[in-house]
Amino acid sequence: MKPHTLSVLVENRAGVLSRVAGMFSRRGFNIESLAVGTCEEPDMSRITIVVNGNDSVVEQVMKQTNKLIDVIKVSDLTERESVERELALIKVAAEPGTSRAEILQIADIFRAQVVDVGAKTLVLQVAGDTDKIDALEKLLRQYGIKELVRTGKIAILRGSKTVTSSK
Amino acid sequence: MKTGARTLIEALQREGVDTIFGYPGGAVLPIYDELYDSSIRHILVRHEQAAAHAADGYARASGRVGVCLATSGPGACNLVTGIATAYMDSIPVVALTGQVPTGLLGNDAFQESDITGITMPVTKHNYLVKSADDLDRMVQEAFYIARTGRPGPVLLDLPKDVTTSMVKSAKPASGTVSLRGYQPTYEGHVRQIDKALALIAGAERPLIYAGGGVVLSGASAELLLFAETAAIPVTTTLMGLGAVPGDHPLSLGMLGMHGTQSANYAVTECDLLIAVGARFDDRVTGKIETFAPNAGVIHIDIDPAEIGKNKTVDVPIVGDVKAVLQALISRMQKHGNTAAWMNRINAWKAQCPPGYRDDDHLRPQYVVRELSDILKGEAVVVSEVGQNQMWTALHYCFKKPRTWITSGGLGTMGYGFPAAIGAHYARPDLPVVDVAGDGSIQMNIQELGTVAHYKIPVKIVILNNMYLGMVRQWQELFYDRRYSYTELPPVDFVRIANAYGVDGLMVDEKADVREALETALATDGPFVLDFRVEREENVYPMVPAGAAINEMIGVRQK
Repeated sequence: MKPHTLSVLVENRAGVLSRVAGMFSRRGFNIESLAVGTCEEPDMSRITIVVNGNDSVVEQVMKQTNKLIDVIKVSDLTERESVERELALIKVAAEPGTSRAEILQIADIFRAQVVDVGAKTLVLQVAGDTDKIDALEKLLRQYGIKELVRTGKIAILRGSKTVTSSK
Repeated sequence: MKTGARTLIEALQREGVDTIFGYPGGAVLPIYDELYDSSIRHILVRHEQAAAHAADGYARASGRVGVCLATSGPGACNLVTGIATAYMDSIPVVALTGQVPTGLLGNDAFQESDITGITMPVTKHNYLVKSADDLDRMVQEAFYIARTGRPGPVLLDLPKDVTTSMVKSAKPASGTVSLRGYQPTYEGHVRQIDKALALIAGAERPLIYAGGGVVLSGASAELLLFAETAAIPVTTTLMGLGAVPGDHPLSLGMLGMHGTQSANYAVTECDLLIAVGARFDDRVTGKIETFAPNAGVIHIDIDPAEIGKNKTVDVPIVGDVKAVLQALISRMQKHGNTAAWMNRINAWKAQCPPGYRDDDHLRPQYVVRELSDILKGEAVVVSEVGQNQMWTALHYCFKKPRTWITSGGLGTMGYGFPAAIGAHYARPDLPVVDVAGDGSIQMNIQELGTVAHYKIPVKIVILNNMYLGMVRQWQELFYDRRYSYTELPPVDFVRIANAYGVDGLMVDEKADVREALETALATDGPFVLDFRVEREENVYPMVPAGAAINEMIGVRQK
């Protein structure tokens, strides 16, 4: 059992996400993380799915996903050289004159950006792999996290290799 | 310029549709208006579920795509069981549903239901047609998807304004469909085929396990040639019955929960299992860990997702069963010699053919055997679900593909009668018989109205035991004979038939069975036979749920 990152190229049509998500839930596959967006082709979208399971479960996930008519290509990036990123927006309690300086120092170490400064809060934006965001979240807890928003993971192969439609 | 409805009818005609099973309603009025003077025959059923099953029965008997039509909301929802039935057995059906006008979509309008959302898990694909300009192309894609690859049902949801509005482009879609997300593999990989042949050459006790894929692929002749050339015995799933003649020396009949002793013993002892268009369903394998425990496995299937889903496979071959079998035959180096293995199998077959107590009581197996003896395989036999289905599978000798029609995967009670109606329109040249139970037949008994209306010569053979027999059997065996809600009070089926204008006969003596069957078959129109059979007869052999398939109960001792 380990998390697998799948890159799924789909038709950019109404209902496609619901077809993919519905298939996962009815077959009992657990989605750890999901990110959907447009891609280099205007009529396609790319879904990045992180799914947990042993090799045979992940093989079934990929085959069943591939069976959907609107799915063009499914690739498992897990064992391949890839860059994986998540984005988080974290609203931290930071009354003036208290721990603001410390929070800003931590943000600096994590290369997080301050994207909003309020009277009592700071909003940090951080991008990175899952572990990095988890670590920052853990450190900021002591100051009081008011709200936290995380995207699903997105991933791309290193070098010239691509996950694109071969047809 | 023409309307969406006109475009739809023309597109259906281009796909070769000659018959539609349907039920009208508000949202499909424009389509029905076009059907009124079209060359397409429309059969008015009495419940939309029957339209879906009839389209499915038509598809199974003919090998072509079956078509059903219902209005929006309740009409569409009533199709769902039929669509799910077709999906589970990979049957090519195109379901057309009306929908509220696009401007009202999502508004909880009168008779609105999100039928594309509802049927997403039970269709191969579905479409909500939002513009009349897409209609022609989408119909073409729907039929293409339904009949190619691993077949299955496709639904087209048609908002009323789409069927009434004018289509801008007069040019019909081109003859070819190309979908970049859907490219089935038809030819098996040569290296895999040679690996399979090497396993076959080295096997001492090989066994073919053939499923519904053989029938769907039209590969019966190839399967038989392959089996005969390699001298390999064949067991079939419920869906595969008829793929090889039941009386062929290499045939072992059905395997699984109610499989024959010889088939289940052969699976357990074989050293090579060749699965052809079958999917290792739990009703076939029993306890999966002990299914074919000593065997290498070759799995041929057009759907890559079936390979390795339930059972680890040594040689997977993805491809159309027919094409793969042809390749196996043409590349086979020498004929097989399995004489010792066949001797062992023949000993099992001689010791234990599917048995029953043949005394002077009216037993359901006897009725099926008499039917088999009269029809000699020259008929389409449909069943409902439960004991009636298993007795027919075990005691009727199927000789050709597409002459056995049953709901295997979903196990839909009420399927048989409407499917038999569809089968008649596919094969008007053959007698069509629905073997039913008194429980199942009452699930779609309103279709007596349809067969009376169109004088459809479907013969209904009710094995009436006044129980939901299969459930009662389980209660007898595993719930201490506590018959919780499985007893059905007697119903006078002949009077019900008569009320619809259909002839019928009640039979409660064994001596009258043959004559009654012959009378029904000699009658021009529909006919209902109500056989009052031995009430607590069980289907044997039986593998209890979760047991290994060689651990059968109710086996014949000789």
